[in-house]
Amino acid sequence: MTKKQKTMLARIIAGAVLLTAAVLVPYDGPWRFALFLPAYFMAGWDVLWRAARNIAHGQVFDENFLMALATVGAFCTGFFGEGEYPEAVFVMLFYQVGELFQGYAVGKSRRSISSLMDLRPDYANLESGGEVTQVDPEDVQVGDIIVVKPGEKVPLDGTVIEGASTLNTAALTGESMPRSVGAGESVPSGCVNLSGVLRVRVEREFGESTVAKILDLVENASSKKAKAENFITRFARYYTPAVVIGAVLLAVLPPLFMGGWGQWVQRALTFLVVSCPCALVISVPLSFFGGIGGASRQGILIKGGSYMEALAAADTVVFDKTGTLTQGVFKVSGIYPQGMEKEELLELAALAESWSDHPISRSLKEAFGGEPDPSRVSGAEELSGRGVRVQVDGRTVCAGNKRLMDEAGAACAEGPAAGTVVHVSVDGTYAGHIVIADVPKPDAKEAVKQLRERGIKTVMLTGDSRASGEAAARELGLDDVRAELMPADKVSIVEKLLSEETGRGRLAFVGDGINDAPVLSRADVGIAMGALGSDAAIEAADVVLMDDKPSKLGLAIRISRKTIAIVKENIWFALGVKALVLALTAFGITGMWLAVFADVGVMVLAVLNATRALGAGRA
Amino acid sequence: MTKRFKLVDLDCANCAAKMETAIKKLPGVEDAAVSFMTQKLTVTAEESRFEEIMDQIEKACKKVEPDCRIVR
Repeated sequence: MTKKQKTMLARIIAGAVLLTAAVLVPYDGPWRFALFLPAYFMAGWDVLWRAARNIAHGQVFDENFLMALATVGAFCTGFFGEGEYPEAVFVMLFYQVGELFQGYAVGKSRRSISSLMDLRPDYANLESGGEVTQVDPEDVQVGDIIVVKPGEKVPLDGTVIEGASTLNTAALTGESMPRSVGAGESVPSGCVNLSGVLRVRVEREFGESTVAKILDLVENASSKKAKAENFITRFARYYTPAVVIGAVLLAVLPPLFMGGWGQWVQRALTFLVVSCPCALVISVPLSFFGGIGGASRQGILIKGGSYMEALAAADTVVFDKTGTLTQGVFKVSGIYPQGMEKEELLELAALAESWSDHPISRSLKEAFGGEPDPSRVSGAEELSGRGVRVQVDGRTVCAGNKRLMDEAGAACAEGPAAGTVVHVSVDGTYAGHIVIADVPKPDAKEAVKQLRERGIKTVMLTGDSRASGEAAARELGLDDVRAELMPADKVSIVEKLLSEETGRGRLAFVGDGINDAPVLSRADVGIAMGALGSDAAIEAADVVLMDDKPSKLGLAIRISRKTIAIVKENIWFALGVKALVLALTAFGITGMWLAVFADVGVMVLAVLNATRALGAGRA
Repeated sequence: MTKRFKLVDLDCANCAAKMETAIKKLPGVEDAAVSFMTQKLTVTAEESRFEEIMDQIEKACKKVEPDCRIVR
């Protein structure tokens, strides 16, 4: 509790004591109301003072004014014999208790969310002239040397020049597996150094560092307001005046026909208590804030409530293939020999390609496991657009595409394969083929499955040939694939898919943030992954997955849907209770107590519900 | 130019919304956001008159929520 809240608590207790004392005094004359004044002012002098001050500033319909009017009104009706003085005081006390509790709850959840995002390093150990001093990270220049001890946060982005350690990147990526680093490797700020001392050369100023970028993004997230949030702000603007007008009508119209002024005025005053829209105004952004905070804990940065809404409504997810669903590294994915052993075919291919430094030959060598013996190879000939022809142990070996096989007189059947195919022939006889493909990420299949289970259509875009694109899509279980695309085609494909979206459905595009900024901005939600250390991706995307796991996407959608559900619950709950209490009040069924509950009680419940969004990321 | 300020004693979400509306209406302010969650005010305004505009903003905020203070 803050000091302010403690004072308030003391005042509430004192007010309650004074109220009890006043009730117990056995005086029943016309001055009885004076007995309750001390309790009333003890509980609510600040409300009255603020009400008066705000009216002077032209702020009429605020909470304080409404409470002041309602309780002073209750006092007056008591004076004229139809009400009770204790009720006026009690309502004020109850209101203050509610306010106190709400302030406490909001403050607490706000702090717990903020602490999730507490990546900011407090200091940096700057090394200069053989001495190490603690300085503010903002004062460190590019090129300075800093020392990061075990247990400390890496304060700035840099390159390790000495030492080896493991880093906990959980705060950035949500990944609990420590990452090991050694000299020459770069370390992002915000990680926690776990084991060894590192000497790091600073590569970027604090303002440009990963931590500063992320903090900036999350703190600014609230400025990109969701539709639900805007709806509530607009709603609040009309709601309060409407209820106040309702109250005036209620106070004036029925008694004109039926009489009984005091009773109707009291009902009208109760209306005023219910008219504050605070429960809504606070719980909606708090829910989004909680959802965004919970997601960032999992290494998912969502740049605003509006993107959370779009994510929750996503019914099409378009993936870029390379670097998103696949690792962007070529590997031998299949060996299909004909008339020889797998190892022999691989060895022949590796030998034949041993002169080349093409990515394909590198992956062949890697699969073979070591450098092939160059003395066995002679007379290598590169045949452009076809492959290579070499002599291996005196035999003519050709390795390349189908055209080369035709030239060599080796009969081969070309079937569809997921990747690049290297055919091999020996002395004009077909020896089999090797498939080299971009390897899918280990969780790519799972990621696609998760999305499809949620009824989301998955589409993959790739520059690969149709055959290899379709094979990869089949393997990963995608609904649709668009192959043989030039980079520029991606925008038009996404635009076409966008135009096919109907109703509330939204389209999300997932890329690795490299060269796909136009597509990221064109989609309803642009998602960049593997963004740790990539500024371009962080800037271009609406949602950033800090590590490169596509399965985080399902999680992001789950968190968003849960958050939106909480937002809707809160809107309906708060509006429902208020409407109900208004109706019951109009018919005189309930009194002011329930009205105070409908105001502060609902707010506290809505705030508590909103904090559930914080845990949405946990399984 | 965009600058961010901390807000002290911003206690009510509805007031934050009202402050935001009031600040946005001020001449010279291109954009403004009051975040109740982060207790921060973000203002985009003409650079040459920034200080002067900030004075206006402070006045406007005092009107809406006299308890809240902008840390400049």
